[in-house]
Amino acid sequence: MATAVVSDTGERETYLNAGYGLKSWLLTVDHKRIALLYLISITFFFFIGGFFALLIRLELLTPAGELVQSDTYNKLFTMHGQVMVFFFVIPGVPAVLGNFLIPLMVGAKDLAFPRINLLSWYLYVIGGILMIYTILNGGVDTGWTFYTPLSTEFLKTNVISAALGIFVAGFSSILTGLNFIVTIHRMRAPGMTWNRLPLFVWAHYATSIIQVLGTPVVAITIVLVALERLFHLGVFNPALGGDPLLFQHLFWFYSHPAVYIMILPSMGVVSEIVCCFSRKRIFGYKAMTLAVVGIAVIGFLVWAHHMFVAGISVYAALIFSLLSYFVAVPSAIKVFNWTATMYKGSITYQTPMLYAFGFVGLFTIGGLTGLFLACLGVDPHVHDTYFVIAHFHYIMVGGMVMAYLGGMHFWWPKISGRMYPEGWGKLAALIVFIGFNLTFFPQFILGYMGMPRRYHSYPAEFQILNVLSTAGATILAVGYLLPMVYFVWSMRYGKPAPANPWNAAGLEWQTDSPPPTFNFDEQPVVTWEAYNYDEIGEIPEREEVPVAH
Amino acid sequence: MFGHFPLWPESASTNAGNVDALYIFLLLVSGIMTLLIFTVLTIFAVRFRKRRGQRAVQIEGSHHLEITWSIIPFCVMMVFYIWGVVIFFQQRTPPQDATEVYTVAKQWMWKFEHQGGQREINELHVPVGRDVKMIMTSQDVIHSFFVPAFRIKQDVLPGRYTTLWFHATKPGTYHLFCSQYCGTQHSGMIGWITVMEPREYEAWMSGGGNQPLAVTGEKLFSELGCVTCHRSDTQGRGPNLAGLFGKSVLLEDGRTVTADENYIRESILEPGAKIVRGFKPVMPTFQGQVSDEQLNALVDYVKSLAGPQSGRPANTDPVAGASPQL
Repeated sequence: MATAVVSDTGERETYLNAGYGLKSWLLTVDHKRIALLYLISITFFFFIGGFFALLIRLELLTPAGELVQSDTYNKLFTMHGQVMVFFFVIPGVPAVLGNFLIPLMVGAKDLAFPRINLLSWYLYVIGGILMIYTILNGGVDTGWTFYTPLSTEFLKTNVISAALGIFVAGFSSILTGLNFIVTIHRMRAPGMTWNRLPLFVWAHYATSIIQVLGTPVVAITIVLVALERLFHLGVFNPALGGDPLLFQHLFWFYSHPAVYIMILPSMGVVSEIVCCFSRKRIFGYKAMTLAVVGIAVIGFLVWAHHMFVAGISVYAALIFSLLSYFVAVPSAIKVFNWTATMYKGSITYQTPMLYAFGFVGLFTIGGLTGLFLACLGVDPHVHDTYFVIAHFHYIMVGGMVMAYLGGMHFWWPKISGRMYPEGWGKLAALIVFIGFNLTFFPQFILGYMGMPRRYHSYPAEFQILNVLSTAGATILAVGYLLPMVYFVWSMRYGKPAPANPWNAAGLEWQTDSPPPTFNFDEQPVVTWEAYNYDEIGEIPEREEVPVAH
Repeated sequence: MFGHFPLWPESASTNAGNVDALYIFLLLVSGIMTLLIFTVLTIFAVRFRKRRGQRAVQIEGSHHLEITWSIIPFCVMMVFYIWGVVIFFQQRTPPQDATEVYTVAKQWMWKFEHQGGQREINELHVPVGRDVKMIMTSQDVIHSFFVPAFRIKQDVLPGRYTTLWFHATKPGTYHLFCSQYCGTQHSGMIGWITVMEPREYEAWMSGGGNQPLAVTGEKLFSELGCVTCHRSDTQGRGPNLAGLFGKSVLLEDGRTVTADENYIRESILEPGAKIVRGFKPVMPTFQGQVSDEQLNALVDYVKSLAGPQSGRPANTDPVAGASPQL
């Protein structure tokens, strides 16, 4: 390990103690500090979105709409969706873990454009403030999908400020993607060839391509919505000569690939965790890299599977259904390869590994139910029902949030320089898993029974399954609050973390915990393949862990 | 099925059985897949847990395995796909001679009009054992016509018709839901489909002296002056509409279109959009002058001109009712 720079106070200088005061954070160009800024802001939005979700679940305890008014309910699910999708799930893994880890993983001092990185965060914050303004000013009730002509001509709520917030946050996403692409191309350490890159980096590379190519389309679409709403420019409203399906095509052209923006980085996280806790190189590295790139490319060609009953031609539906099955193949490859990676491993079950197991299980269910929705025979029945809600929550919450929490636990020692309490970590992982399944599994059944989504009140025969779902949501809430509490606790009281507590492969573990401002004291040179666990060996027993410094 | 804790929707149409069969097949296959993956994961998790003195065995991967576990799932998925396509085509191909019901959706109600002129709101009576075709449009935003017991759904768009059909198999009363979010009372935009024995249905239909829709249309046709140009001979300034419906029409710009409900609707509201070869674009627009209900009556009248021989909608093209853009 490189010798640490020691500051005047005798403490090793890290990115955390390199400067104090608000200014040193708000004007930082250090990717690690920016990652922490993102961490704080997305956690804030996660709990706002989660609060809306709890209110939704409470309302649905009884068939009649008793807790809130219909308009309020419509605002709740709209803002839950918008806050969660645009301000938590999309930026989640890339802006926090990606930002922190990509320069470390490729052996660079920072991202290619540190100032643009800071700009990305400010754009995110401006978008976020517009969203908060929307919420405080009475909310918005378009549904997160902004379907026209409802959104452009009929609703009286804050459509413009919400749209503007999402528009601005989109540029944050574009710039982050751009930054990652250039960093991965240009800033890899000597010897860090494309075939030696950790899969986490590959996953973010594929994600970044989607962000850069897809997000501008939704930005343009949002502008068109605003123009139609403000100036009655007839683009989407048939009464003005527009076409409402054009909106859906444009919206899903981004928003379906956006699903892969949400899930690909999580796949990267899981690959790192599974390898580390199995002490194995990844099974089928090439297949895994091809799979992420394949998902990113084919993911652009499946958008109209959201529109099978929207009034598109039967022949268009045939093509989009077929292409949707194509994109399922690389996803299946990933699940099989993670499983195969465990074969003949030496597996231990620390918290990150529990989340990785949870991810693989829930992603499998989420992915397989996607095959039901891609199927032209079944989709017309389950479209716009709770089946869809359950499916995409299995991917976004079961997938993305599980991986995000797994990643947060895995890299927390690196980020904070402290260990989280392992026992509490395992307990929280278990609670999240149980709470999640109880919340969302009943919704598959509800969906096939025909309960439509976005219903404030519902027929009585759907009640029992809704009660189960609400019960699950309260458990899930506890599972999410726990890590929040003990992560904060560990920053002060956690055991100091060594540079490499898991004895993991990857350059990020070769520098101190927490890393110094410029990541490495000496330029690392890579002479090994990714996941060289044969050379690294086992995870040290906790007692043997050498204390940092 | 399960008393007060139902886990499966009622099944009351020919399509419902088809969809259920495919759904159960999907459930079985994906259930087996899930079980397989979970079993292997569990076995690996137990069998390969860390043991003292035992190290992981490094394996690079296997092209054979990668290819195998790509191709087998792909082939299985193609079965899902093809089976799905077959059902979808059936769902989207309304049979000839179906009983037709015109539907106008608006925030937040369903308005139905039978060909006999009977009108209903949020409730629709249909006969068991007969094909019923819904011809639907919206007065405002997008809605969606969803009957879980029939396993069918179709978005209802403003500005044009979308269609859907079903063949009810069991008398009873079934939920009708709006499944496309449409504003404040979205969850209140619900109703009932009452499926009746043919005899009861005939009795219900003959109650109240209604004027058939096509007759209403015919009256409008002369009141609005359509009849002065669309004459029943070849001397009119507009095309003769007799026998038109369901036929293909050659346009001035060389294209051919099928004269379906959407074509007639568009020709009334936007006469300049598709000019029939040999005619001049002289027809004024009726946009804003006729309501959706009146449009339905006009369309039904034009359809009735196709004559009993040529049948009702000769329109078995599954693309009918689809977006003109695609």
